[in-house]
Amino acid sequence: MAKNKSEIERFEQCALPHLDAAHNLARWLVGNNSDAQDIVQEAYLRALKYFDSFHGTDARGWLLTIVRNTSYTWLRENRMGELTVSLDEDGIDATNFAFDTLSDASGVSVFATNPEAALIQQIDEDLLRRAIAMLPVEFREVMVLRELEELSYKQIASIAAVPVGTVMSRLARARKRLQVLLAPGAPVLLRQETTHEL
Amino acid sequence: MNCNEARLMTHAYMDGELDVLTTARIESHVQSCAVCNQRLGELTNLSRSIKNTAPYFKAPEGLRRRVQLQLREKETRAQILPLHDWRWARVAAAMVAAVVLSVSVTLHMNTPQTDEVIAHEVVSSHVRSLMAEHLTDVKSNDKHTVKPWFTGRLDFSPPVQDLASKGFMLVGGRLEFLENRQAAALVYQYRKHVINLFIWPTAREQGTNVEAHPWQGYQAYEWTLGGLQFWAVSDLNDSELIEFVRLQQGVPTTVRVE
Repeated sequence: MAKNKSEIERFEQCALPHLDAAHNLARWLVGNNSDAQDIVQEAYLRALKYFDSFHGTDARGWLLTIVRNTSYTWLRENRMGELTVSLDEDGIDATNFAFDTLSDASGVSVFATNPEAALIQQIDEDLLRRAIAMLPVEFREVMVLRELEELSYKQIASIAAVPVGTVMSRLARARKRLQVLLAPGAPVLLRQETTHEL
Repeated sequence: MNCNEARLMTHAYMDGELDVLTTARIESHVQSCAVCNQRLGELTNLSRSIKNTAPYFKAPEGLRRRVQLQLREKETRAQILPLHDWRWARVAAAMVAAVVLSVSVTLHMNTPQTDEVIAHEVVSSHVRSLMAEHLTDVKSNDKHTVKPWFTGRLDFSPPVQDLASKGFMLVGGRLEFLENRQAAALVYQYRKHVINLFIWPTAREQGTNVEAHPWQGYQAYEWTLGGLQFWAVSDLNDSELIEFVRLQQGVPTTVRVE
C-alpha cells in the first residue's frame, strides 16, 4: 500500500473530484451520514490501494464501484436484513409479494388502484426521500445512479456488476414502486414503514 | 410497434438508451396511442421529480479534509514502515508453497485486462452470493446430487469433486452468468470460509499455470483444464486456497504448507 508522493497526488486528482458522488451513493445506500462518511473514507483507501490497476478513463465509475462494494460490505456486516432479499429478475420477488399484499386496517389493499393510473402530485423532498429509501437496496442504487448521477445503463451495469438488461428491469420496477408509493393515500404507509434514521 | 413493445421500451426511451430507429418507432407509436402516451408522461414526470427534488447528499465539509489526511498518512507511513515487504512476504510464501506442491504459480501483478475484468466479475459474484444469501440453487453435500442437477441447465458438465476428507465440504451449486455465458458455481466450505468455484467452457489453451488475481481483499485463482476455465474465489488464506486448487486439479496431496 506504500505510495510515493506523486502517486498520491495523481490519485487525488483522479478521485477527489468525485467525492460528492461517492458520498451521495454511500449515503443513499446506508441511510445515514456518519456511516456514509466512514464508508467513503474506507473506499478511498481501497481505491488508492488498487489505483495501479485502474487504466480506464471513467474515474467516477471506477470509484463508485468501490464505494458501492464497500457499502455492501458494510450492509452485510451491519444490516444483513436489508440484503436477505433475493431479487428474481423475472418479476416476482419476496419483497414484491409482501409489498403487493400490504393492506390497510380495513383489509383493503392500499394498492388496489392501478399504479400506472396513479397521479403523482406535489412531491415534497421529504416524501420522495422516504419513498426512495424504502426501495430494496438493489433498486435504490440503480435509481440513484441513473437519476442523480445520470449514468448510462452500461456504466450502471458495470458498477453494480449485473447485465444491462438487469439494470433496465430494476429501473422499471423501481419506478413502478415509486409511482405506487407516491400516489395519493400511500404516505400513510411511508410513515409506518420508516425503519431507520434517514 | 405495438403497446407491449412500447411498454418494454418506455424506460430505455426515456433514459435516452435507444438507437435512432427504435426511438423514431416508439415516438410514432406514442403519438397515436393515448395509453402509452399517458404512461410515458407519468414516468417522465416521476423521473423529472426525482432529478429536481430528491436530495443529493454532497460530501460534508470535513470529509474532504479527512480523506486527504488519510491518504497523506499512507504516504508518510510508507517511509517508516514499508508495507510492500509484508505484501511481498505473502507473495513469496505463496510461491514457495506452489513450488513445493509442484504447481507452477504465476503471480501476475500486471494482469491482462480481460482477466482483470473476469476477476472483478467472479469476486463480485462471490460477494453477492454471500450477501444475498443466494449461495446455492441446489443444496447438497453429495456430488451425485449436485452434478446431475446441472445436466439440462448447462451445455457442459462441470466436474464435481467430493473433498470432504480434506476439509473442503461441498455445500451445493448454482447457475451463474460470467464472461457473457452460463457458468456453473460450485460452493465449498472450509471451516467458516466459503469458496466459490466457477466453471465454464473456454477456448483457451490448457496449461498447468494457476494465476492469482487478488481483488479487494479476496483471492481468486484461475486455471484451465480439459477445455474448461476454472476460477476459485475465497477469503481463505493463500496456502489453503492453493491446496483447494491443487485438489481440484487432481494433484496428489503429500505436503501441507502453512
